[in-house]
Amino acid sequence: MTTRRGIYLLGVVVLCAWVLVPIWLIAANALGGQALIAAWPKPLVPTQMSLDTLRVFLAIEGVGRALWISFEVAVLCMVFSVALGLPAGYALARYSFRGANVFRVMILLTRAFPVGILALPLTVGFIRLGLYDTALGVALMHTALALPFAVLVSASLFQAIPRELEEAAWVFGCTRLSAAWRVVLPLAAPGVVATAIFAFVISWNEVFAASVLSARNRTLTAYLLAVLADSPLTYQFAGGLLLIVPSVGFIFLVRRHLFAMWGIASR
Amino acid sequence: MAGIVIDGISKAFGNTVALAALDLAVADREFVALLGPSGCGKTTLLRIIAGLETATTGRVLIGGRDVTNLPPRARGLAMVFQNYAVFPHLRVCDNIAFGLKMARAERTRIDRQVARTAELLQLAPYLDRYPAQLSGGQRQRVAVARALAVEPALLLMDEPLSNLDALLRLDMRAELKDVLREAGTTTIYVTHDQTEAMALADRIAVLHGGRIEQIGSPSAIYHSPATRFVGSFVGSPPMNFLRADAGRLMGIRPEDIDLVDAGAGLPFRVSVVEPLGAQTLLTGTTDGQVVRVALPGEHVIAAGATLFLRPRPDRIRWMDAATGNALAQAAG
Amino acid sequence: MMRGRALPYLLVAPAFVFLAVLFCVPLVQTIALAFQTGTGFGLGNFVQMAEDLNFNDAVVNTFRLVGVAVPLQMLAALGMAVMLGHLRAGRDLVLWIWTIPLGLSDLAAGLVWLALLNDQGYLNTVLFHLGIINGPESWLTYETPMALFAAIVIAEIWRSTAIVMVVLVAGLQLVPKEYAEAASVFGASPWKIFLRVTLPLLKPSIQSALILRTVLAFEAFAVVLAIGGRNFPVLVSEAYTWQHFNQAPAIAAAYAVVVMGISLAATVVYLRVLRTPAAQRA
Repeated sequence: MTTRRGIYLLGVVVLCAWVLVPIWLIAANALGGQALIAAWPKPLVPTQMSLDTLRVFLAIEGVGRALWISFEVAVLCMVFSVALGLPAGYALARYSFRGANVFRVMILLTRAFPVGILALPLTVGFIRLGLYDTALGVALMHTALALPFAVLVSASLFQAIPRELEEAAWVFGCTRLSAAWRVVLPLAAPGVVATAIFAFVISWNEVFAASVLSARNRTLTAYLLAVLADSPLTYQFAGGLLLIVPSVGFIFLVRRHLFAMWGIASR
Repeated sequence: MAGIVIDGISKAFGNTVALAALDLAVADREFVALLGPSGCGKTTLLRIIAGLETATTGRVLIGGRDVTNLPPRARGLAMVFQNYAVFPHLRVCDNIAFGLKMARAERTRIDRQVARTAELLQLAPYLDRYPAQLSGGQRQRVAVARALAVEPALLLMDEPLSNLDALLRLDMRAELKDVLREAGTTTIYVTHDQTEAMALADRIAVLHGGRIEQIGSPSAIYHSPATRFVGSFVGSPPMNFLRADAGRLMGIRPEDIDLVDAGAGLPFRVSVVEPLGAQTLLTGTTDGQVVRVALPGEHVIAAGATLFLRPRPDRIRWMDAATGNALAQAAG
Repeated sequence: MMRGRALPYLLVAPAFVFLAVLFCVPLVQTIALAFQTGTGFGLGNFVQMAEDLNFNDAVVNTFRLVGVAVPLQMLAALGMAVMLGHLRAGRDLVLWIWTIPLGLSDLAAGLVWLALLNDQGYLNTVLFHLGIINGPESWLTYETPMALFAAIVIAEIWRSTAIVMVVLVAGLQLVPKEYAEAASVFGASPWKIFLRVTLPLLKPSIQSALILRTVLAFEAFAVVLAIGGRNFPVLVSEAYTWQHFNQAPAIAAAYAVVVMGISLAATVVYLRVLRTPAAQRA
């Protein structure tokens, strides 16, 4: 029994290292300073830490702007996904209505398709509407990716809140709206926040649609992809690190809800 | 305080009829229990009165006012839910004050009512706690306190004790009766537990298949069931129904049967003996029909014995075998 | 209560319209664009796509990548899920670490592994210290196709095993412990319990994990571009190239249609093969 436990623990440690070491190494690469760039063989433990490379990278024309646009797009995507997803999820959870299944099938269908690819034909229409190469345009496309997820997760969030709580609120003087505001939303709040953060992460990480729908006003991912072929490795690593840091932080914030969310969203 | 009139309420879910044109009048300050098995429509009726469900036809009047088309909040009633529905994100005091706050009551009135109902239901020490920090029985009290705090014209209770364990349920039942008597609120109480209905109600309405089978005092329901269903649903063990002459059934309660000397009554072959302490319960056959007999106290009787039974004549309830309805009792 | 009846539609309408406009319409547009030729409708774009030098490689590479990475991920994720079941202290920490890649884009994953695997990267450093190589060595060029493929598979596994694991762990949480306990009372070994009880009950989760993962794997392209540049064409990277560099949206759309067709087919296959009969559902 103890040997088996030992083997399990060893496996756990190895797998943790498997996740963490590569992140540590790209960080070491990006933060190692000028000396590290040309160094070979590379020291496995960096001899010095400096933000020089990162600072130089951020000073490059367009990088700071890309970072800002990424943020803008992700926030818009988050707002849209929650604003559209919560009511729809509530309706799916609380009402049985004709056509509910059509909507469900539509949501599930988005799962069978690589939705990002659908950005391809949108360029023409977006140019016509003035949405091409704007944060709003990219955010709309990203919302198409994040919204099905937001709908499914919020539907299950609301389903987990007993209908009787809402009925009690109605009986004790609430309108439908005030019951939703005073009773349902406070109880669903942690899950809603987690859903919002996930929408942010989905958008922050998206590469294809962001690249296709923009030319000059690129998100960080689109920018990095565009300069892959002709920028020094160190800057690429600095960019990679910038991509990773917020995501890791957000995953930490939503870690309690991860399982509920993905367990539900993938039923 | 107000009387209630249910006027021809029916409810259909698609093709299934949950309630069939039901009439019921509840007097001011009266406590009426809706009793019936699951699926009889009792909860649906309660929810229609609350405004949580819309009736297919009919009207609901509370205190003479037609509330049929009003949302729940405008009906002036309060409700205790089966799973309590105590708001988990609010402290006990905020739960109790919820209805009054929604009605924009004055601060002083809210404070007074919260203090009064908390006192009444022994919740004063727990006012600052969250429901998750309370036991099931305490949460139940919060639900009742929240309902009483608004001083409703009508109090609706949907199986409020069914989630409590057996011992606690007995305690709460007595306590509830005491509290509600003091409050004097008109109450409609849904339950599937006949002892609960008998213990609490002024009148019981027995529902079956979306209809009211009988409405009357607990004693009338128990001793003079209007239908075979009522006789077999109310009482544990249920009433015996034995085939008699001319398409009649003889209804007799197990405790209304006496043992008599050999040859002086119906021969009864005992198959099972259950000594329950206060009673000894016998199951056996008479003339090929299963009969249950409840004898007071403890008796030493062996399974397989043959005894002789005599129903008390004044307790016999004659029924029409075909319709299941009680016959004019003069025939007995 | 007329308002009550209209309410669900009012609540769903915004999301429905949004998805209709930004999912259904582009879906139809993509298909239309792919089949549109100068003279009308036809397979011209597909012919041109298929005649391109990279097309065969892209098809083969995509399937190789999905075919190798997805099964390995399933196994790794199952192993992780089982290990988690044996952890007591530190379970939350381990879970968080294991789910970090869930938040990473395939571009970021590509860059991470590029940092490890480039000529002057950490792999070569280790190999150098071990005396296996004498100086910087290239692994990620068209001259070393196997090494390049391995690198991309590793990056894919590193990034997206987490999502499979999360789905499986969530599924495991839904399987009541009583089943395994019942099996052990009747004398089943831990391995037999896993094989005969846990795994069959986990089938719905395995199914959804496979669908999710496979569709995402067909979509992956930034990881490929980051590590291999254009040395390892896959279907979506080709679509990107045609759109972006060759300014030929119709060919890109043809690629998109192929990718969507394959994704849809894979989903249907999973739904059929891993179906849980209604009578067996808990």
